[in-house]
Amino acid sequence: MKELTDRALNLAQVQGASYADIRIVQRERQDISVKNGVVQQLSLDGSRGFGVRVVADGAWGFASSHMVTAAEVDRITALAVSIAKASAMAKIQDVDLGIEEVHQDTYRTPVEVDPFSVPLNEKISLLMEADKEARSVKGVKVAESSMAFIRETKTFASTESSYIEQEIVESGLGIVVRAVAKGEVQQRSYPNSFGRHQGTAGYELIKKWDLVGNARRMGEEAVALLSAPQCPSGVTALILDGPQLALQVHESCGHPIELDRVFGTEAAYAGTSFLTPDKYNSLRYGSDIVNITADAVTPTGLGTFGYDDEGVPAQRTDIVKDGLFVGYLTSRETAGQLRKIHPDAPERSNGSMRADGWNRIPIIRMTNVSLQPGKWTLDDLIADTDDGVYMITNKSWSIDDKRLNFQFGTEMAYQVKNGKLGQMYKNATYTGITPQFWGGCDAICNADHWHVWGTANCGKGQPGQVAHTGHGAAPARFRNVQVGVMK
Amino acid sequence: MLGKEKLSDIANQVLKLSSADQTEVLIFSNDEHLTRFAVNTIHQNVSETDVTVRVRAVFGKKTGVASGNDLSDKALQKTVKSAEMAARFQQDNPDFHSLPKPQAAREVDAYFEPTAVCAPEKRAQGATAICTMSRENNLEAAGAFSTAVNELMVVNSLGTAAYHCGTIAHIVTVIMGETSSGYASADAMDVSKLDPAAVGRVAVEKALRGQNPSEIEPGEYTVILEENAVADMLGLLGYLGFDALSVQEGRSFMNGRFGEKITGDNITIWDDGYDTRGLMLPFDYEGVPKQHVTLIDRGIAKGVVYDSFTAGREEGKVSTGHSLPAPNTWGPVAVNLFMAPGQATKEEMLASTEQGIWVTRFHYTNPLHPVKTVITGMTRDGTFLIEDGQITRPLKNLRFTQSILEAFDRVEMLGSELKLIKSDWENFATCAPAAKIRDFRFTGTTEF
Repeated sequence: MKELTDRALNLAQVQGASYADIRIVQRERQDISVKNGVVQQLSLDGSRGFGVRVVADGAWGFASSHMVTAAEVDRITALAVSIAKASAMAKIQDVDLGIEEVHQDTYRTPVEVDPFSVPLNEKISLLMEADKEARSVKGVKVAESSMAFIRETKTFASTESSYIEQEIVESGLGIVVRAVAKGEVQQRSYPNSFGRHQGTAGYELIKKWDLVGNARRMGEEAVALLSAPQCPSGVTALILDGPQLALQVHESCGHPIELDRVFGTEAAYAGTSFLTPDKYNSLRYGSDIVNITADAVTPTGLGTFGYDDEGVPAQRTDIVKDGLFVGYLTSRETAGQLRKIHPDAPERSNGSMRADGWNRIPIIRMTNVSLQPGKWTLDDLIADTDDGVYMITNKSWSIDDKRLNFQFGTEMAYQVKNGKLGQMYKNATYTGITPQFWGGCDAICNADHWHVWGTANCGKGQPGQVAHTGHGAAPARFRNVQVGVMK
Repeated sequence: MLGKEKLSDIANQVLKLSSADQTEVLIFSNDEHLTRFAVNTIHQNVSETDVTVRVRAVFGKKTGVASGNDLSDKALQKTVKSAEMAARFQQDNPDFHSLPKPQAAREVDAYFEPTAVCAPEKRAQGATAICTMSRENNLEAAGAFSTAVNELMVVNSLGTAAYHCGTIAHIVTVIMGETSSGYASADAMDVSKLDPAAVGRVAVEKALRGQNPSEIEPGEYTVILEENAVADMLGLLGYLGFDALSVQEGRSFMNGRFGEKITGDNITIWDDGYDTRGLMLPFDYEGVPKQHVTLIDRGIAKGVVYDSFTAGREEGKVSTGHSLPAPNTWGPVAVNLFMAPGQATKEEMLASTEQGIWVTRFHYTNPLHPVKTVITGMTRDGTFLIEDGQITRPLKNLRFTQSILEAFDRVEMLGSELKLIKSDWENFATCAPAAKIRDFRFTGTTEF
């Protein structure tokens, strides 16, 4: 491998690159899904290739190929340099990567049970059992359960003498159960919606979440939702469960702290951010009890790794401290740009650059962006709420391109009245403006309720890239929230 | 670009390696390039070459799929064995009958040499033209200019052998001012048909016109939706229920309504992979030729699209050529959607509007209620107030929460021109007109 990486780096420099890196990536993926008692999907996918990123004439170029051979490394490296030189045609200033990052290291996701070593029939049996449990409930139309396993090995080498080898392993599982009536479809998902919950872990993650033991409950709740009343409209106290709050953090905090969005380089697709540099260290993002961190080191987090795709070590950063906005997700290039505006900003990148495979350029992506736990138990939190709504598991999400106005829908909700859970509601929605919403956060549940939820479907970039991110969250309460937006 | 002969050789090599009862080989060969700009400069410029071989092995009613992008003999053999192994772990799927038998697909002329050979310098020139125009107006340009050659080969052991090669060029820009932004985009199979400067001019004009927007109370307004916003709603209808699987599972808005009026008389929607106005694709990922499928005919729910699996579940149905690559848990998808145009120009729509809101495009739309087709999203990059037949002032962006079918029941005018709009994530495309719709429901506002 080193022979190929040296070849690319040497050739890039000979052709005029002032900086170059190469990533050789191999990804294996196993997907299994069972729908209504039939295995719908059993696929084993592999992809291997390399990408060369260069700075030449002060501008970026990137080229990639699936053919990992010396001749193709030569062709692609030359192409990357020529692309960089074309980029320089519209250059305003030279790329500045800041302080050198030099690391020789290896990292492997700690895994108790290699998920690829577990027999397929064991996995299928578990999904079949969960499927059977869910469909044992009268009124269930469709049950769909799935598992996904990914092993990505990557070698990173740069002209700054970094050489890093990593193996990232992910495991995920989930079940969604749908019930149908005339004009109405309701669903419940476990442990999380949109396919599954996922983490950097081995098969032990599958064993931890009792899919079979929760499948029937999902069926019962989906059926019950069909006859539940619509969530009423009003301004009230809102309690969010962990998975929904994880997505709230993802959308309203995780994306706006991406410094590439802030500096406008994602404007054409994902948008920009309301967290402009003038708000750094000065904006009250939330109430005093809101503490949000970004880290790539929390065990099992879907945003956990050893080094990012610029070769910067994984680390932990404060984002919101006691309600004050204090940090961004950064790259080598943007960390320097921020420092020109705020000389007190960190000198180095906090390691947030990731690429969706060998054929994509690294861009700033969330690691594990997490709301730190508070002091409440969920029972006490509900008991402390006179009037409100408790919303559970995301069903729909939407937020404006600066990440201010959001609207979410959840699979299920309960009325909270006089400190107790009451009526179940269907089609629950809530909406708000980000800093006002977080400013109304007055209670967060404790570490016993806290979990790092995995979001495996975060889209960004052109061409499109899907990132896998983690979000630690425990249930929390927000005051004065508009609920029940849908007619 | 590998070409038909080379891809055919690879596919036939894979077929020979297989011991399955039936075998399908699907090959994607992509050569894609994208130049991205922001803050009036090129900041990302990328190129990708990839070939993926996807094998579906069938033993009786058991199927397994494996894929890889290593074309060596050893790797192809491993892919075949993995697919066979996956199939053997399956249980019988009673709804699976067979891979499709061979059907001749008419060849289409979707390959354009200027797109295939477009050099990074040409894309950089296009980006530079937009950036320069933006800078001259004290604005900031962001966007992307991409070109691609995509080859698709589907071969199966029953004799199916289908090859298609198409090119796509796409340019999009968002031009930003201190308090405004403007959007424009263009897609074509032939890059020489794209005019980056013209795209830039539209977006610059919107950004200049949108400066210092004011708020408006949420509520129900007449809207003039540009083509991108209409295409967004069309795409969501496709996602929510223009397919046989969602009907079979009882979650489509079409369920129980075939033959009934579900939108206004002026709405006709169809899917057609051969229509030269779209991004042509003559067959699906099972090699089945694409049929023209009328989905809504003058307001009446008419039909949905099928793949071989969903067709096999219903007596008398055949695949309409809308399969995704196996294994496909999504079901068939209408990937070449068209809405019939009307007769109005956008200027005529504007002149006829006493009070309303002009929407350039939507952002982050998502369904809230699939059966009622209720969606929510934001306006973006050019929202304006219309008074007495004229645009009078820019507006801060609004959130809408609206049923698509209800909106399509209140369409007063449709644009006479269709715009080709490629989706952000796949080579799916929609051809949509602009539309004037009354009582469109806005439910919130934002700060810009």
